[in-house]
Amino acid sequence: MRMPDPDELVIGRKPELVDGLRRIVHRESLIVDDDSLAAYDCDALSAYRQRPLAAVLPETVEQVAAILRLCRSLGVRVVPRGGGTSLSGGSMPVADGIVLAMGRFNRILEIDLANRQARVQPGVTNLAISKAVDAEGFYYAPDPSSQIACSIGGNVSENAGGVHCLKYGMTSNNVLGLEFVTLEGEVIRFGGGYDQPGLDMMGLLVGSEGLLGVITEVTVRLLPKPETARAALIGFPSNRAAADAVGAIIAAGIIPAGMEMMDKPAIKVTEDFVHAGYPLHVEALVIVELDGPPVEVDYLLAKVQEIANRCGALTCQVSESEMQRLTFWAGRKAAFPAVGRIARDYMTMDGTIPRGQLPDVLDHIAELSKKHGLGVANVFHAGDGNLHPLILFDASKQGELEAAEAFGADILRKCVDVGGVLTGEHGVGIEKRDLMSEQFTETDLAQQRRLKDVFDPVGLFNPGKVFPLLHRCVEGGKMIVSQGANYAFADLPRF
Amino acid sequence: MDVLQADSEEAVADIIKAGQPVEIKGGGTKLQLGRPVQATRRLDISAISGISLYEPAELIMTVKAGTPLGQVEAALAEQGQQLAFEPPDLSALLGSAHAGQTIGGVVATNLAGPRRVTAGAVRDHVLGMRAVNGRGEIFRAGGRVVKNVTGYDLCKLLTGSFGTMAVFTELTLKVLPAPETEETVALSNLDPREAVTVMCQGLGSSAGLSGAAYVPGKDGQSLTCLRLEGFGPSVEARRQRLTALLSGHAEMSVWPSHTSKAWWRELRDVSPLAGREGRAVWKISLPATQAPTLLQKLKSLGEHEVVLDWGGALIWLSLPCGEDARAGALRALLPPDAYAMLMVAPAEVRARQPVFQPRPAAQMAIEDKVRQSFDPDRLLNPGRMVPAV
Repeated sequence: MRMPDPDELVIGRKPELVDGLRRIVHRESLIVDDDSLAAYDCDALSAYRQRPLAAVLPETVEQVAAILRLCRSLGVRVVPRGGGTSLSGGSMPVADGIVLAMGRFNRILEIDLANRQARVQPGVTNLAISKAVDAEGFYYAPDPSSQIACSIGGNVSENAGGVHCLKYGMTSNNVLGLEFVTLEGEVIRFGGGYDQPGLDMMGLLVGSEGLLGVITEVTVRLLPKPETARAALIGFPSNRAAADAVGAIIAAGIIPAGMEMMDKPAIKVTEDFVHAGYPLHVEALVIVELDGPPVEVDYLLAKVQEIANRCGALTCQVSESEMQRLTFWAGRKAAFPAVGRIARDYMTMDGTIPRGQLPDVLDHIAELSKKHGLGVANVFHAGDGNLHPLILFDASKQGELEAAEAFGADILRKCVDVGGVLTGEHGVGIEKRDLMSEQFTETDLAQQRRLKDVFDPVGLFNPGKVFPLLHRCVEGGKMIVSQGANYAFADLPRF
Repeated sequence: MDVLQADSEEAVADIIKAGQPVEIKGGGTKLQLGRPVQATRRLDISAISGISLYEPAELIMTVKAGTPLGQVEAALAEQGQQLAFEPPDLSALLGSAHAGQTIGGVVATNLAGPRRVTAGAVRDHVLGMRAVNGRGEIFRAGGRVVKNVTGYDLCKLLTGSFGTMAVFTELTLKVLPAPETEETVALSNLDPREAVTVMCQGLGSSAGLSGAAYVPGKDGQSLTCLRLEGFGPSVEARRQRLTALLSGHAEMSVWPSHTSKAWWRELRDVSPLAGREGRAVWKISLPATQAPTLLQKLKSLGEHEVVLDWGGALIWLSLPCGEDARAGALRALLPPDAYAMLMVAPAEVRARQPVFQPRPAAQMAIEDKVRQSFDPDRLLNPGRMVPAV
């Protein structure tokens, strides 16, 4: 993966940089030796690595502001980092820049249950917020699969999603306010309530992938926990029948908490791995989860079953206990590692398509699989059209990595062709950067670049991310997991 | 004022490329909202109209910006769907000559109704758009799918920008199923503090409210209304839960669907404060629990009326307008997390007083640069949000 050329002059300023940083933070908050820096070489997109000049772990907003002013004066690039769980290389370092690691901003500052909100520092993990309010019957709704490790600051930067965003929205729909430090070291608060006093700057900053500034505080919306959740596991004779059922459920006015789909290869590999009791004679499997008051959940499950039968379901099981509900999910949530057992390497895509296009897109992916000579298994956030095809390959075989990359790019092009987008929840990062011109015109991209210039005219924040470096052919668009590589967060669930 | 009609995005682009400042008009129902625009020409986009794509099972609708909201809502109603943010019709409040707002105006002002407290604002439902910036360039932002993190979220930034950055030509909106039924639990004669406590309790419970509002009346009378929407059996179960939770309050009644619908429509449109001569109307946003204290302080302003929505996080305030709509005196009373927007006042008052809550200089400066990155020559609705230099 090509990154912007490092500036040797800036690298030469390392002694000055380190001196300056030592004056701002404690000795133990600054990492400059090569061995310790290795921990920051990559995020969860571990196929790409780069040793940064230094890593600094500030503890106060004043320190962040001082670090940014120093970097600005020395022309040093800044890569903000939260939990380091990005699947798109969002916090991949550069050779002539520092990593600004926000892990020590790890305090929950205020929990305000009467107003249903919490003010937290960006290094607090997603799950820690829900845990802090669990006993009082509240939670924070967005639930990216890495929620045990990913930070809320990273969630805000990437506009993280999750299984339940069909009903509860993405990060951007669940954040009420931000504190933000600019490259000039100005501390600004945006948002704060249900209304915006001027432009919706918070809307711009959420999902800006660390390109505009550093988030130092987040106010999130808390929701009362649903009283109960139950799931239905439904098998269909074809992808088309399954897709029809998903559409019919929504057309009936039902918005499930989650609605997931797997194709036959995905069912087979996960069942072999976790033995969740998935039916193996079906072509497609749909998990529909409903939450809310028990009366509502029972009422809607009956409707869902009726729709499923009308759409030709071959099997339908409804969870009768919390354990059974979790078993239904176990296979789906193990899809990535299960695929990892049958293939030496695999690559995960993250396109979103209009849901009605699903059968055609799956047919197309099957054709591409033949064309590129590589296997593929499909798991799918069916409710909102977010597709995760897993491309199987063996990087030790001549040409297979390149074939897998070409296959992945073809899939994303198809997603855009049918009215979809390159990334539904993983972010563009370095990974899909060079495909941006498939989705946007030069005018569209120029408009976005001008916003970057407002905040960061010299390009010091998170360089090499989101925007294509050059006009050239595609080489990105995938998350590669290799058994050969020692990949970060191998034990995190990914779905 | 010269009126320039545009019937396509290319026509909009050509008009902007002429380099003269324009006031953008759709249905013309909100021309009195915001600061008066500093332009002598009006760009009328009401002819850019029609529903381009509606896919109920995908929960999306793509619609030209000049399409009347009524047409959008009628099409949605046929499929049992709705805009979950409950757009208000403020034409009576704003003193417009007629109704007929367009979807472009709804998105440009980010005005959401009572359901905003749980369902989100307009900005949470705009998935994609086509628009023309102040350079006369046609651009696209977002997409037509709900889950999309590709590039900056320009749709949120542009929603509520009051036409000061781009002229919308087409919008893709997330639509949602309309509830099968609704009920309202109404409590009589609570004071503001009791009402806000009840509303916060309700919104924080598993009763799943979709609205919580408080309307004071004469002589200490008042109504505190909590709305339940959804499938019949669910609404019934949640109503039982809610009434049990509030069982200490004696004067409680339950309104059936039609009564509930009518009441919330009036509230949505701020009808209790509409149609009165010589009044200024403010929209104050703040943490709900701070509302009772602020209401106490508002007494220092003399005669006034209020309506509370969003569980207390929104205060509509009506008072005699006078010279300055009491802008300075009101803003001096606000707690730090609150902001007040002047919604109704004569043009000369809106020209002199900051209509939008003033923010710290650093923030205003960034907003201005962001605005200029779309409209460097300040051609689009100049002055609408901040005075154009």
